[in-house]
Amino acid sequence: MTTPPPAPPSPEPGPSATPPPAGETEPRAERERSFGEHLRDAVQDSSVTVTVLALIAAAVIGGLLAAFTNNAVLHAWSDFFSAPGNAVAKAWAAAAGTYVALFEGSVFNPHTVAALFQQSSLSTAVHDGFLSAVFNPLSETAVQATPLILAGLAVALPYQAGLFNIGGQSQFIGGAIMAAWLGYAVNLPFFVHVVVCVLGGFVGGAALGWLAGEIKARTGAHEVIVTIMLNYVMQYFLAYLLSSQSLLQAPGGSNSITRAIASDAHLPLLAGTHLRINAGFLIALACAFGVWWLLNRTTTGFEFRSVGANAKASRVAGMNVERNWALVMLIGGGLAGLAASTVILGTDFTLNPQSYGTYGIDAITVALLGLGRPGGVVAAGLLFGALHAGSPGMQTATGTPVQIVQVIQALIVLFVAAPPLVRATFRLRAARARGVSTNMSKGWNA
Amino acid sequence: MELELRGITKRYGLLAANDGISLSVAPGQVHALLGENGAGKTTLMNVLYGLTQPDEGEILIDGKPAKFGSPRDAIAAGIGMVHQHFMLVPVFTVADNVTLGIESGDFSRGGLGGSSPRGIRSWAGLLDRRKTRRDVADLSHRYGLDVNPDALVEELPVGIQQRVEIVKALVRQAKVLILDEPTAVLTPAETEELFRIIRRLKDGGTSVIFISHKLKEVQAIADTITVLRRGQVVGQRTPPVTEDDLAALMVGRNVQLRVSKRPAQPGEVVLDVADLTVADSGGFPVNGLSFQVRAGEILGVAGVQGNGQTELCEALMGLRPTAGGSVTVNGRDLTRASPRTRLRAGVAYVPEDRREDGLVGAFSVAENLILDMYDRPPFASGVNLSLPAIRANATARIAEFDIRTGSPATPAGALSGGNQQKVILAREVGREHKVLIASQPTRGLDVGSIEFVHRRIIEQRDHGVAVVIVSSELDEIYALADRIAVMYEGKITGFRPPDVPAAELGRLMAGGADSTGVPGATVDAAGVTRVDDVAPPAAQEEA
Repeated sequence: MTTPPPAPPSPEPGPSATPPPAGETEPRAERERSFGEHLRDAVQDSSVTVTVLALIAAAVIGGLLAAFTNNAVLHAWSDFFSAPGNAVAKAWAAAAGTYVALFEGSVFNPHTVAALFQQSSLSTAVHDGFLSAVFNPLSETAVQATPLILAGLAVALPYQAGLFNIGGQSQFIGGAIMAAWLGYAVNLPFFVHVVVCVLGGFVGGAALGWLAGEIKARTGAHEVIVTIMLNYVMQYFLAYLLSSQSLLQAPGGSNSITRAIASDAHLPLLAGTHLRINAGFLIALACAFGVWWLLNRTTTGFEFRSVGANAKASRVAGMNVERNWALVMLIGGGLAGLAASTVILGTDFTLNPQSYGTYGIDAITVALLGLGRPGGVVAAGLLFGALHAGSPGMQTATGTPVQIVQVIQALIVLFVAAPPLVRATFRLRAARARGVSTNMSKGWNA
Repeated sequence: MELELRGITKRYGLLAANDGISLSVAPGQVHALLGENGAGKTTLMNVLYGLTQPDEGEILIDGKPAKFGSPRDAIAAGIGMVHQHFMLVPVFTVADNVTLGIESGDFSRGGLGGSSPRGIRSWAGLLDRRKTRRDVADLSHRYGLDVNPDALVEELPVGIQQRVEIVKALVRQAKVLILDEPTAVLTPAETEELFRIIRRLKDGGTSVIFISHKLKEVQAIADTITVLRRGQVVGQRTPPVTEDDLAALMVGRNVQLRVSKRPAQPGEVVLDVADLTVADSGGFPVNGLSFQVRAGEILGVAGVQGNGQTELCEALMGLRPTAGGSVTVNGRDLTRASPRTRLRAGVAYVPEDRREDGLVGAFSVAENLILDMYDRPPFASGVNLSLPAIRANATARIAEFDIRTGSPATPAGALSGGNQQKVILAREVGREHKVLIASQPTRGLDVGSIEFVHRRIIEQRDHGVAVVIVSSELDEIYALADRIAVMYEGKITGFRPPDVPAAELGRLMAGGADSTGVPGATVDAAGVTRVDDVAPPAAQEEA
């Protein structure tokens, strides 16, 4: 573990916790800043540093947990006094094995390359799927990351406008219902069908998001309460829809599941039939870019950010704060609906009462880890996607329970949400007080 | 208790916030610390109160060196501080707030002047509320503080909250009381009350360090005035001393306390407010109020704060619904218009609370400079923001208004108050506008910034803009107004020419009644009395 790089002494007095005299700032000559200066700022930008350190801290604790939940290791501890080295070695092996297995399951597995080169010719290798096997971990990571990125954006965008969208789940269900119903009940030509289904998912989620935003705009009800309650409403509404064959339930059975969607409505695969990676991943990346563009390059995004940073001043400046709340929740909900589209149309192909999984909650952790910024959300989504993709292999290879991955995820977010914890752990100097810091862990009314 | 500071130096990076400051405070003396924003007053007091450690220098109490590692040490040594922003729990009663922090009885050993040997905690470890209430009542009576121990802090006016802070310090047996910009939040009447309290504290042997940048107040209350500039003591004076002398010391050059202006040349009526009424749950903060402002004239709305000025401005801007009456700009009825429509119709607005209403602190200076124009050409085409235009605008405005900022990308929240106000002013007068409404435009600003803002406002008038200035500072009203309207309880009690004597304005501010009543009368329910004492005789002096 390394200590954070020492900060070079800054040429001017940095704003510190005790306010230095204001008003004496001399206007500095403007010039282009070098790459080195940008890099230094990025390292000193406490939020990024803290996030990286949080990952390291969570990984270390996760490794310890992996070691001490391993049966072989626990047995070795009982013989600690006769063979102390054995226990430590086994613990190390378990922890290391866990991360190697995670890596092999999510990024790259050397064995698949070995198998590829044992094939007689490239064409048979490709035909039998050996080439695909090399890329399978990455494909799985992308598939797992897709809904996480989209749902994470559904939290991050409203956050920029000052709203905490806990309603990812209800918006996901709204989108899933629309995508699945359009997928099996409507007959449309190939390309049109999938586009309609994806957009349907957006509309389904957007409707739920808009509802929450509109309730807040009209009555002042807190969006956290409203979205949590809508989660319950949609959860049971979905169960109800799937309980009757006159509604969404597939005919000829008593399972709570819809019919499979038409193959026309499947999201196109990107890398052959052996890999699950599909167009949903491109949608997610496009949406992340779209959200960045919306926030930073458009008047609408200017309003969102302004309303989020100071609603009173925004009102004085002539903005319609309530309209912005409703609009940002509409778009956010739509993004959660798109997440549902990619799951229903990309990997699941049916809808059941468990389809929404934990995406609503994971979305919050992804947005939190991504510091509420689109680029950060993509990075966080990919990381969590990798953890998800690697965890089954990890369990097979080392016997480490899959739940460890969830614990690591939770630890990362815990460390990110509590910067003082990381600073204390790594003896980081106090963060430079900025005008405003992006702090996702602020209170409801902060 | 004799307090002495010797060679206090405190550096932040390369900047010395305090540079070898020495001063001494004799018992029962009011020592004023005067300086512009950023002169190092607050840093010095933070050193004295143990909030920050000096790099060099020492603090002597009765000739013996003392070291304050934390406020706890400073309090134990008999130093009390009333911060600019109060440290009170709004939902607690006055007595509970006073108890807070000394529940365990640490500081109240010996009680008040030895009268109560027990701590605030009784024998069973329970809070002895009755004793606290008695203590508060005692102190309140002794110093004429007029604080009810059972009142909830959130329900008290700011002036009384400040007295609760004073009581807190006194209960902790403060011998030296530091008041950091105590009058920044007070009305003239409340200020006068505070001065009366300070005099009584002084008579009781308590020393007061009075931090301010307001010349008139410092002159009125101080026994000794120490002037700070850029972290150094640049002079010490004993009143009487002329304001010009102090102002010159503060800013290091001679400033005009009054911006010179030509007589107004009013044109057509631009802003017409007729019978405007605003209702809220408690009544009518603006109650059937009418006035007209012509192009090229400044109407100064004077009055004690809290008589409906805030509501009037918000109603004029469409931020608050009106219950009756009309607002017309250039013949166009805007009574029901949205804030945006009004801005587009040519109303420029400098809000009273610049941090809350005027700026988005997290946004850059450049973004704040287009906060109400971001969706219009040249800053936007369609939904796209035009970043080059926004940058160019920022560069131009920063130069034109002399905004001291590191770069256009600096967050506006990091600027000093004066520069924040310049950002708002630059933005508002940078738009096409016919009316300028400015509420408390120089509150909390230093002398240099006040002069700058005043100059710009008069410049607007000379360009034919109809200007409304709402201010509770009579100095400001006298400096700017071509016509004065006095507001009292939501109504205008009278219009006067700018050479009206201050005493008459004071009468109008108290509701038109003759207020030469009982001397020493305290603030009544409406918070208005003795305003005329504070009002400057400036009109005669500098006419």
